[in-house]
Amino acid sequence: MEQLLGALASMAAGVGACVLYFWGGNAVLDLIFPARGPDIGPNIRRANMVRPWLFLGPALVLLTVYLIYPVFNSLVLSFYGPSAETYVGFSNYTWLLADPGFHESMRNNLLWLIVVPAAATFFGLIAATLTDNIGWGNIAKSLIFMPMAISFVGASVIWKFVYDIRSEDVDQIGLLNAIVVALGGEPQAWIALPFWNNFFLMIILIWIQTGFAMVILSAALRGIPEETVEAAVLDGANPFQIFLKIKVPQIWGTIAVVWTTITILVLKVFDIVLAMTNGQWGSQVLANYMFDWMFRGLDFGRSATIALVIMVMVVPIMIWNIREARKDA
Amino acid sequence: MDGIAGRKPMLLWVVHLSVLALVVLWTIPTFGLLVSSFRDGDQLSVSGWWTALTSTERNIVFRAPAADAQVEEGGQWVIAGNVFEDSQPGRITAFGVSSREPAAYTPGTPVELKDGASLSLSETGDFRISSPEKMTDKRGTRIFFTSIDPPRFTLENYRKVLFSEGIGKSFINTMTVTIPATVIPILIAAYAAYALSWMAFPGRSLLVAVVVGLLVVPLQMSLIPLLRLYTDVGIGKSYVGIWLAHTGFGLPLAIYLLRNYIKGLPKEIIESARVDGASDFAIFVKIVLPLSFPALASFAIFQFLWVWNDLLVATVFLGNNEEQLVMTGRLRELLGSRGGNWEILTASAFVSIAVPLLVFFTLQRYLVRGLLAGSVK
Repeated sequence: MEQLLGALASMAAGVGACVLYFWGGNAVLDLIFPARGPDIGPNIRRANMVRPWLFLGPALVLLTVYLIYPVFNSLVLSFYGPSAETYVGFSNYTWLLADPGFHESMRNNLLWLIVVPAAATFFGLIAATLTDNIGWGNIAKSLIFMPMAISFVGASVIWKFVYDIRSEDVDQIGLLNAIVVALGGEPQAWIALPFWNNFFLMIILIWIQTGFAMVILSAALRGIPEETVEAAVLDGANPFQIFLKIKVPQIWGTIAVVWTTITILVLKVFDIVLAMTNGQWGSQVLANYMFDWMFRGLDFGRSATIALVIMVMVVPIMIWNIREARKDA
Repeated sequence: MDGIAGRKPMLLWVVHLSVLALVVLWTIPTFGLLVSSFRDGDQLSVSGWWTALTSTERNIVFRAPAADAQVEEGGQWVIAGNVFEDSQPGRITAFGVSSREPAAYTPGTPVELKDGASLSLSETGDFRISSPEKMTDKRGTRIFFTSIDPPRFTLENYRKVLFSEGIGKSFINTMTVTIPATVIPILIAAYAAYALSWMAFPGRSLLVAVVVGLLVVPLQMSLIPLLRLYTDVGIGKSYVGIWLAHTGFGLPLAIYLLRNYIKGLPKEIIESARVDGASDFAIFVKIVLPLSFPALASFAIFQFLWVWNDLLVATVFLGNNEEQLVMTGRLRELLGSRGGNWEILTASAFVSIAVPLLVFFTLQRYLVRGLLAGSVK
């Protein structure tokens, strides 16, 4: 309780400091360049040159320290040894290229990149289209969207319970194995099946992200001009043709946005793998591999190198986003 | 509305059923967790949660006390007790005295044991071994029985995780991390967003591009440099460190979301205020901030869910001790150490997802609005 009060006090202090900074900074600026007296013209001009930077100041400092500086620092660290003291040249990179753990992570990450955005977008599109047509659509949407609020670790507990396995002679308490047994199959340790376990982990992320895709795509579908659909109906198009040939082509832009957003998320996926398998049974991914080298391997150089690989994979999407944003502006 | 179903009733039925299937698929894993968290631990470990409302069958072996527990009653030597001494009571349907025939007799039937002794067992588990002569066995008779348990629901799991598994303490820790980390970035981002939308200065469009670029920088990049920086500066593993970290990591989205919104405010309002001689500071505080409430709320919900559910940042910037372990971290630890104890795991998981779910269902409107504004178009 005491701790919580401390947190509330810190929050108040933090907000107070911000208010004081912005209000005080603004007051000081007005004091230095008063908007009156003989120099009123130049003063207003000078104050207007400084004020934006006053407003941007804290944000710029935080962004620089927390996001920009680390990118360059990681680049430097990747040329240094475990405790970041000795220069090792390119040896972290040569190690990485030859490392079987890295190969496994890369392969799995590529699998995730292909399957998860495609599946989540696909299910999201289906869900958006279907729920827009029925009366209880909003309730259905809300329920499909719900996993979005659940943490990756919470979701891992939920799905680990679904995948649970008991020996063959007792009742299965995991839903999936219970179904398999009821259909006459043998129970499987789903998350320990090499290669296939990747897909069972992916299902968790698809389950979480479908709601996101659905919400965005549903808004896009509603934005389609009525006339285009009506014209198609008059021409005798059936519902599937309308969907595939009239609606989908008009929301390609939004589909691309959803796809790339989920792709970014997939590149960073970490919690699910850590909680479900911790990379065992051939299910390692880059983000967890990096974490592993950071905390268990205690090798900052190698870990930073792996982080850079993730960064490099993000860069194309980053450039694309910036170009799209500039087009709008 | 002429959607995919058009006016064909058959197709409409297919749509209804498909949506129902989707909804069931998407909710059933969480529902299973919820049901399980209220079930009795013994029942949970032997039967699926979908059987929670039916009775469960258990096969148990009970060893009666050895001969030194016997008492003399009216010329008979007797050992009596109840077979449910060490477990939850149930109703016995069959029993036996050898492992080869564990269900040979129905309750109430007297069974002859060796040396002239006899055993009777009632449906409720009361047993009585009686013998005309003093018994001598040193190991006690084994009683095999099958019992039917009525469904049992309990709050015990929640009591246990909250008070003895440390989830209660972790709940407080998570709150401690989340509240400041949600509120502090809002003001900083709002000022920056205003400057980026309504103030003219050189380099503005470059800064906007930088913010858009930073939206996708993976957190993984920042962990090691910041960990080293924190150690050098002396912040170490502290709440201050994680508040600042979450603030920094949340800023790109906050600025982006708020800028999209603030830029869209009607130009006339802001320009007429300028003409009236209001300073940028006054315009921001008196006009822009109140008008931006929906966008501020959207971001606050995002940031709240993200910080509450975060595992990575908390694992790196906070310690593993009782005072700092957050709920996601505790849950992960329990998955490792209590992997088989589903009554502990399900209840813990539900405690940790309850608050986000509450926020989600009450404030969904703002969340959706934020999502729509926040996805880079």
